[in-house]
Amino acid sequence: MAGKRSKHEFRANTLPALLTVGPVTLVMVLLIAVPLIYVAVMSFCSIDEFYNVTFDFTLENYVRLANTDYLKIYAQSLIIAFLTTIICILIGYPFSYIIARTKSRKKRILYMLVIIPFWTNSLIRIYGWRTFLGSSGLLNALLIKLKIVSEPIEFLYKQGTTILGMVYCLIPFMILPLYTAIEKLDGSLLEASSDLGAKPVNTFIEVILPLTSGGIFSGSLMVFIPCLGYFFVSDILGGGNSDVIGNLIERQFQSGNNWPLGAALSIILIIVTLILVKIYQKLGGDMDSLGV
Amino acid sequence: MKRKKKAKRKKGLSFVFCALVYLFLFLPISVIVANSFNATTTKPYMSWKGFTFDWYIKLWENSSLVDAFGTTMIIAIVSTLLATVIGTLGAIGMYRYKFKGKALIDGLLYIPVVIPEIVLGISLLTIFAKINIPRGMLTLILAHVTFCIPFVIFNVRARLSGYDNSIEEASMDLGANRLVTFFEITLPVLAPGILGGALLAFTLSIDDVIISYFVYGQTKTYPLKVMESVKSGVAPDVNALSTLVLIGTILFVVLTQGDLFKKNR
Repeated sequence: MAGKRSKHEFRANTLPALLTVGPVTLVMVLLIAVPLIYVAVMSFCSIDEFYNVTFDFTLENYVRLANTDYLKIYAQSLIIAFLTTIICILIGYPFSYIIARTKSRKKRILYMLVIIPFWTNSLIRIYGWRTFLGSSGLLNALLIKLKIVSEPIEFLYKQGTTILGMVYCLIPFMILPLYTAIEKLDGSLLEASSDLGAKPVNTFIEVILPLTSGGIFSGSLMVFIPCLGYFFVSDILGGGNSDVIGNLIERQFQSGNNWPLGAALSIILIIVTLILVKIYQKLGGDMDSLGV
Repeated sequence: MKRKKKAKRKKGLSFVFCALVYLFLFLPISVIVANSFNATTTKPYMSWKGFTFDWYIKLWENSSLVDAFGTTMIIAIVSTLLATVIGTLGAIGMYRYKFKGKALIDGLLYIPVVIPEIVLGISLLTIFAKINIPRGMLTLILAHVTFCIPFVIFNVRARLSGYDNSIEEASMDLGANRLVTFFEITLPVLAPGILGGALLAFTLSIDDVIISYFVYGQTKTYPLKVMESVKSGVAPDVNALSTLVLIGTILFVVLTQGDLFKKNR
């Protein structure tokens, strides 16, 4: 009797659960959890003279990371990410507000126009900026032709240019959550506020901002964190003068060939990410609004 | 009167502001399109030397570039299909069944969404190296499936939260078995979420540079092929191909979402 019941239980619940959740569990455990644990282990390893990873426990990698050259780049990376996030908010907020409050059918077209550029690969678009800003590029050609300058200006290889590229790559991650948050705003609340005599500035600070802060928080998280890792943007536009943490990691896994050191750098990046996510949750941020 | 004037000025100001933002978003793309007609033949292929169609003709001869684009498309299509199937099943299973370790899987799903891509890239690189999987098409697809799955799951889950279980019960009460119910009832209801997730997965796969950069081996995707020559100067045949792809995607949007542009919608 008992055997029969458990067989039924198996067919009714265990089997379908296994079939549906099994594959995703396999992928998440084998290709997310295990690799990250392995990176954590590797960050305590060292390399031999042939650059092979040898498994002996050492804190040497973390000690090396505390050296001032690295600390400077962490600081630089955080500054670049911070400025990028601020600029994305300053441009993205009013922009999202205007297109989300557009009443006509143009709204969907305006929304699509934000997405369309992102169907061209980001690396190629960043290279488009390089073509535009380069010393023999289109902008300089134009400036010389208009006799505004006589010699080409070097726009590339500066921190500002890297920030421009980061803003360019990441601004949709600010615009889209803000658009969603602003679209949900109830128009009658704004009317009520102004009917009760609030000035537009006060309505904005007291009503609109608190109701859309969720969008600002999730947008900021989705801009700030990737910014720390986007090594190709600073590579192409900053030319080594505005490295982010991502550049340090990339170098250790490619030319530098010191995987344990690169692993330790990645652990630092993971810790920074976890701290930011914790802050986001403390501020009342919803994890589910990050992925869509 | 004064108020009307003020409102008009405000409207004009927001129009100019939006136009500037769109200019910013589309500037590098216009540069890519313009440079695909650039007659320059010397590195770094940036100064304007007149109009030509040569780069489009050269594109036919540069089979390695077209091959790389083909690789990108194969990886995007295969990974999207796999991620959509695995993700949809996973979302349904996690919604319906209780099991041990569910919270763990749930937590793991957020990792690819928030963690910097480079960390995912190097962690996959180290594990592939450790278990001696040769890097190439297989590792690229595994990597892309991994970072696409959570986005499919979140989209399907959003659809599931409004899902009424009783229609499935009704279907089974009327004599349909579990499989028929799944294909005839469950899937059609979830379709918009699944489609949205698949589209997002496809976009992410096509756009990915960083994760692919660490797991590609000899199989180069289109952006990786471009990356090779970034320092010395990317030849405008890359721009020609990008322009063709851009025209293709815009046509696709206009054809599938044609009602977007119709007057009386």
